Amino acid sequence: MAVTDSDKASAHVKPKERFDFFHDERVRSVFYQLLTACTVGWLAWYLITNTAHNLEIRGMNTGFGFLTATAGFDTDFKLIEYEPGIGTYGRIFLIGCLNTLLVSSFAIVASTFLGFFVGVLRLSNNWLVARLALAFVEIIRNTPLLLQIIFWYVGVFALLPRVKNSVDLSGGAEVLFINNRGLYMAWPVPGDLFWMTTTAFVATVVGVFLLRRWAHKRQDETGQQFPIFSASVALLILVPGAVYLVTGSPLEWDLPTLQGFNFRGGFSLPPAFLALLVSLTIYHAAHLAESVRAGILSVNKGQTEAALAIGLKPGRAMALIIIPQAMRAIVPPLISLWMNCVKNSSLAIAIGYSDIVALFMQTALNQAGYAVEMVGMTMAFYMFISLSISGLLNIYNKRVQLVER
Amino acid sequence: MKFTRLLTLAVSAFALMVAGGVGASAESTLDIVKKRGHLRCQVGAPAPGFYNLDANGEWYGSDVSICQAVAAAIFGDKSKLEIQSVSSQVRFTALANGESDLLSRTATWTLLRDTQLGLDFTAINFYDGQGFMVPKDTGIKSALELKGATVCVLTGTTTELNLADFSRVNNLDISPVTFEDSNVRNDTYLAGGCDALTNDKSSIASIKAAFPNPDDHLLLPETISKEPLAPAVRQGDGQWFDIVKWTVYALINAEELGVTQANVDDMRANSTNASVRRMLGAEGNLNEGLGLSKDWAYNIIKQVGNYGEIYERYMGGGELGIKIGRAGSANELWTRGGLMYAPPFR
Repeated sequence: MAVTDSDKASAHVKPKERFDFFHDERVRSVFYQLLTACTVGWLAWYLITNTAHNLEIRGMNTGFGFLTATAGFDTDFKLIEYEPGIGTYGRIFLIGCLNTLLVSSFAIVASTFLGFFVGVLRLSNNWLVARLALAFVEIIRNTPLLLQIIFWYVGVFALLPRVKNSVDLSGGAEVLFINNRGLYMAWPVPGDLFWMTTTAFVATVVGVFLLRRWAHKRQDETGQQFPIFSASVALLILVPGAVYLVTGSPLEWDLPTLQGFNFRGGFSLPPAFLALLVSLTIYHAAHLAESVRAGILSVNKGQTEAALAIGLKPGRAMALIIIPQAMRAIVPPLISLWMNCVKNSSLAIAIGYSDIVALFMQTALNQAGYAVEMVGMTMAFYMFISLSISGLLNIYNKRVQLVER
Repeated sequence: MKFTRLLTLAVSAFALMVAGGVGASAESTLDIVKKRGHLRCQVGAPAPGFYNLDANGEWYGSDVSICQAVAAAIFGDKSKLEIQSVSSQVRFTALANGESDLLSRTATWTLLRDTQLGLDFTAINFYDGQGFMVPKDTGIKSALELKGATVCVLTGTTTELNLADFSRVNNLDISPVTFEDSNVRNDTYLAGGCDALTNDKSSIASIKAAFPNPDDHLLLPETISKEPLAPAVRQGDGQWFDIVKWTVYALINAEELGVTQANVDDMRANSTNASVRRMLGAEGNLNEGLGLSKDWAYNIIKQVGNYGEIYERYMGGGELGIKIGRAGSANELWTRGGLMYAPPFR
């Protein structure tokens, strides 16, 4: 930057500001921040020590020692090994966390896709389609989630056929059954050489990624397009498939079979999981649809017209021009939506899905009785997940926001 | 319902956080209750037989009767009572931090609860045990036939633990489906979502009675756990502990001595039985150690009735009763082969 002589001169003659400790803005702001930090810190310290003291004089046990104590009760849905009487409360906490994460991550993915889909349909030129999407959004958005969860559980999944009359969804292949005890599916058990198929798959993914870069580059240089999508799908199926067959199909299937009261073997999802997944997905999709619609409408109509004018088909105009710009308006509500989805999964308790609240804050709390610690741990879990989601999406948000000119 | 529950939990936790220490020098529970003018007695969400609401929103039931008996013993008036309906999650915390004076609900007396939660169980007023109910058409006659079965169970009680223990000991590989809400659990059971339903037998009896076709369901003979239900008080106040304990004993002794709500005036005036006279305050000074008036036990029987009368009214064949037979059960008096036995009044 060029500094003229006159600037220099004026800076020189300007009298040096006297440093006044009591009226300096920086000193004052540091002082108030310190004061706030100290107050908050003292309050936290007071609450923690006072709680511990009060629990102690009431003869109630405190501390986290219970996490290594064995828990005697069982749970019907667990992703990791657990035996009552051998597994610990710490493991119960872990099972609860995983169950919450499983249902909420599935619901987040499904509701995001469904939400985008319905949001785009809301703007369809087809009157019927647009109205159907509107009806879906309004019905779902204007009824409480808890009610919907109970509806899906009591009104749909509990009314499926009983075990003896299970429906074979695979049409006689006996690999996928549904009844009012849940969804039972065949589960793969990898054999010795299966790692080769996995390796082939990973290698193909890398290959597809490179191919995509090459196709982009070629399009930029020559304008020629390459059918990247169909080519990728073909490669991803053919290469690992060929390796799998060559290595002698090293995959056994654990099939669900009816033994005694229930199906045994394979993998099963309880009806409470299905009801929760469906209701969370639909509920959040309806909310997202409105954000998507608002985001799309926030993009100037001139953009659509310009895109069509240069010869893009409506679908591609949407995917290449409108949605990327709409993302700027969609991502911020998307963050809170995903966080809500995780937090709302705690309503699982109404229908008996073993999420962290039902399993840890309810059952385990009643057995062990460490109320303050257990509620604190549950809160910490939700906070950790919410902050992680908002952290990750904020990074993404920064990237899409930068696109703005 | 869930949010009020969470709110109570939050409030209790907050109370623990900010409350100054409950001074050891603080006045006795009896003084606090007297000064307040009424007893705060804790029950749970309505459970037929034990505590339930009538059409006017008044609580009734066998556990509510214990509350009324303690109020009658202290004030000579059973209505000087505030019934608190508290969720099972915070029941012990609410008692320990002084929100409730007395917990009279279907709480099972266990070693852990007695020693680690800052409370003391007084005297057993109902012997319960966990059992199973199955639809009759399954043809199941014994709980040992439940191998690999799915069983509906309510969360937040000792029931889940007993079920897991029973399954483990008998190698049954039972899969529990856990519910927070008893209505959802019952609906799931009726729709065939589980093969059996487990709970305390007294509770199963009342659930079954409310089913559309009660006779289609069978209560299996096995009792898989001991569930001694007893009122509990905060630890550390011996006098208060004695008052509640001896209130229960007064109810049992009154039945054994033949003192009923109807004849208690006559018995106090004319009985020649020394035990009866001492209990009803016609002679002796047994009341002094408890810090109550001479006619404390008289008031209990006069206003609430004896143990047998309460049982008949709410648990047995009375109009409000849930029809659990008493003859031959543990809840029968010891003189008739049961376990209801109270130390003597002397």
